[in-house]
Amino acid sequence: MSALGRQRWLGPAMFLLAILYVVALVGVPFVLAFLYSVGDVKVGSVGYHFVGLANFKSVLQNPTFLRSLRNSFVFTISSQVLVLLGANILAMALKNVFPGRRFVRFLILLPWVAPVSIGSIGWKWILDSLYSVINWVLIRFHLANEFSPPMYLGEPKLAMISVILVHTWHMLPFATVIILAGWTAIPKDIPEAAEVDGAKFFRKLFQIELPMMLPIINVAVLFGVIFTFTDMTVVYILTRGGPYDTTQVLPSQAFFTGILGGDLAEGAAISLFLVPLLVLVAWLMLRSAHRAEVT
Amino acid sequence: MAIGLKARKGFGRVVHVLVLLFFSVALGFPFYWMVITSFKQNPDLYNLKNNPFIFSMKPTLDHITFLFRETLFLRWFGNTLFAGFCVVVITLLLAVPAAYALTRLTGRWGGNVGIAIFLTYLVPPTLLFIPLSRIVALLGLQDTLWSIIVVYPSFTIPFSIWLLMGFFKSIPRELEDAAMVDGLTRFQAFIKLVIPISVSGILTVVIFTFTLVTQEFVYALTFISSASHQTVGVGVPIYLVRGDVYYWGSLMAACLISALPIGILYNLFLDRFIAGFTVGSVK
Amino acid sequence: MAIVQTRALTKVFKKGELGAVNSVDLESREGEFLVLLGPSGSGKTTLLRMIAGLEEPTSGEILIGGRVVNDMTPRERRIAMVFQSYALYPHLTVLGNIVFPLKAQGMEKGERQKKAEWAAGLLGIGQLLHRKPRELSGGERQRVALARAIVREPSLFLLDEPLSNLDAKLRASARTELEQFQRRVATTTIYVTHDQVEAMAMGDRIVVMNKGLVRQIGTPAEVYDEPADTFVATFLGSPPMNLIDLGEVTVGFRPEHFFPVTHLAGQAAVPADMRADARVGPYVPLKFRLSHEEYLGAERILYGQLEGGKFDGKPAVSRMSSTHGAVYESGSVHAFAVRQEDLKFFDREKGTRTEPVPLS
Repeated sequence: MSALGRQRWLGPAMFLLAILYVVALVGVPFVLAFLYSVGDVKVGSVGYHFVGLANFKSVLQNPTFLRSLRNSFVFTISSQVLVLLGANILAMALKNVFPGRRFVRFLILLPWVAPVSIGSIGWKWILDSLYSVINWVLIRFHLANEFSPPMYLGEPKLAMISVILVHTWHMLPFATVIILAGWTAIPKDIPEAAEVDGAKFFRKLFQIELPMMLPIINVAVLFGVIFTFTDMTVVYILTRGGPYDTTQVLPSQAFFTGILGGDLAEGAAISLFLVPLLVLVAWLMLRSAHRAEVT
Repeated sequence: MAIGLKARKGFGRVVHVLVLLFFSVALGFPFYWMVITSFKQNPDLYNLKNNPFIFSMKPTLDHITFLFRETLFLRWFGNTLFAGFCVVVITLLLAVPAAYALTRLTGRWGGNVGIAIFLTYLVPPTLLFIPLSRIVALLGLQDTLWSIIVVYPSFTIPFSIWLLMGFFKSIPRELEDAAMVDGLTRFQAFIKLVIPISVSGILTVVIFTFTLVTQEFVYALTFISSASHQTVGVGVPIYLVRGDVYYWGSLMAACLISALPIGILYNLFLDRFIAGFTVGSVK
Repeated sequence: MAIVQTRALTKVFKKGELGAVNSVDLESREGEFLVLLGPSGSGKTTLLRMIAGLEEPTSGEILIGGRVVNDMTPRERRIAMVFQSYALYPHLTVLGNIVFPLKAQGMEKGERQKKAEWAAGLLGIGQLLHRKPRELSGGERQRVALARAIVREPSLFLLDEPLSNLDAKLRASARTELEQFQRRVATTTIYVTHDQVEAMAMGDRIVVMNKGLVRQIGTPAEVYDEPADTFVATFLGSPPMNLIDLGEVTVGFRPEHFFPVTHLAGQAAVPADMRADARVGPYVPLKFRLSHEEYLGAERILYGQLEGGKFDGKPAVSRMSSTHGAVYESGSVHAFAVRQEDLKFFDREKGTRTEPVPLS
């Protein structure tokens, strides 16, 4: 083969193995998930029977599932709104150099860098029903009753708020870093031109700087939505989905049904409800990336 | 004029400090709390009458010694290090050539394949874990570290390819062209020229792959059932408990030891990561 | 109209080092086109930015219209600025860019539209109003930047090297447009550039700066014909002034003032063996050995060395119009001359202009 001809297959050869690996461990299970959901697979079962949409019917009639579905959206949207707000404010505070900036950045990154499970168990201790340090402070300031303090993980409404806040706590650093990168990408003279043109702080921010950062903010939000919507760790560790399944979300529900409960088919069906959102987000991301490149 | 320039600046500075303070506390408090809890004696820790922010009894190393001697923590730590090492090796072997090929050797559609690969990173473990648990069982890998060593590259490889593509794009083509004019083949140019230049990029990939391994929870929880085979991320929150009662002192110490080293490493390499990230997206 | 003044204006970035701008005293005249000229690092952009309010002075005062503006934000100073990159807002249309300062002022929509159309008409970009900046050419972007600047009818225009991003051909026509524009709106303008041709062509007065210090302020004729020091003398004019060290002074003469003796009016024959530094009437004869010549079309530049007497061995450059077609062979020696009054004398150590010194 000529030198050029050899060159032509060198490229594909170099990435073939990587592609095969990913196809085998992502593509195949992905297809299998669909197959399981329309079958009768259980842990330990051998054969496979097509059952059509029976699993989906059963799942949709389950009130716990419907609550999980609702919770997934509520948790994701609430935490992302908080993350957006917080990350923008924090990024503005971090974009200019100041003494101690490196240390502050280190501190602020910790919730994202530490494994989610570790951070969650840390919060579980802070929110403990008996020994919560938050309650200790509230009781001290007479804002809570010593004998029936708030049960952050034991009362349904409070538990939901706790889950949302822990998600926000975990995702905030990630969004902040991305938005910070967006700030540094703005050419220095455009905000200066806005100042000269007469724009004060808020006009400059909302009419010039944030609109220019929209593509990057988009990316941060879309990533955040995916990571939060598909996460089961926070719920699993904080509440195990309780009290009484009031904080279940789609992924945790799929886990309990499919892995702990052994009903792989129904578990797969539940987890497939993640797919429409993933597709939507992937499409939005591609569109946003395309727009950003055109600019 | 309303407020003078100096006054406005002063006010701005105060707001700035308040914002930083608020977020530092909100985000960092749990870690501070881990530190306090790790060194507090149990009678002090579990006494509701004591001020939790100060040490009413002398700080102790008991929790840490308990953690190392009486629990499987060191085992989990070792498991995680071993799995991390293996996954990093597999990832590098597959992702580095792939990223190079997609950057240099494939023209227009290479970029699209790159995007497609990155999209697979977005397919969540909580969708794939059910079928994967079956596959793992079929391969006879259930309840072993090998299950996660085999499965983890499925997300570390796409991520690393994306990161490395950004780094490789920033290396001027002319460098390899000059080498090939001098007589090297493309592959030799890749090995002898491109890789040495990209050491910092590759190092960044190593660090980030390792942190991805340590942060993973779902697959480890699903595939590994016995405590002694577990990783730190699952072992600490799930197994440091007797019945319903958590060993909070040791638990928090374990959390600290698991989180801080990664935090330090990550922080060191973050700037390089951002550089790669923005180079990749701003062609 | 506003008069801009600076008093002892200084900007130091790093303590202990020489400032970017050192104790600059400046006063502009109403309606004038004032050019800040200097090489990069001379402090001209820093000076402009301090006047704009984008940089805080370390010491000194800035006055606009007689009022000290040090504590005022750019917004409050009622100035308009055109940046080197034009700094157009990429996500807004041309119209959106132009009305932005009016929106910031609180002007209501109808009036904004009228003013925007007036400004666009002034610059001939009315048909571009609905385009986005990325769809425009370099010249069009400059005009949008100018429209955005003029629409507020500011008392002061600040321009930071707006022509440097255009390619050479476009630059000449853009320069003419800018000059005419400024003359039409008659707003006091401060213009920063490193290009001395631009400065000479456009400026009513030029402020020549180097290393944060003002070397000379004057009309183009003043800074060119009567430079205050060797820096100004060599920075303006291309090729630069010939400078020859002679004892305690440095003698300078411009290439275009250094020509063959045969060009002298009167054509008085000069003895070929005349010593180089003897005076012949108002002319100083200099023997010139040619090394090479550049033919530039309209001009010829001759490079060589002076021979004989005090100037022996010193390099010199001559510049003449191509209409003089005499052939000069490389290596040949010719009788050249400079008018006495075209000789400029500078203190050798300090570089500043001094009184003429007899040459023999």
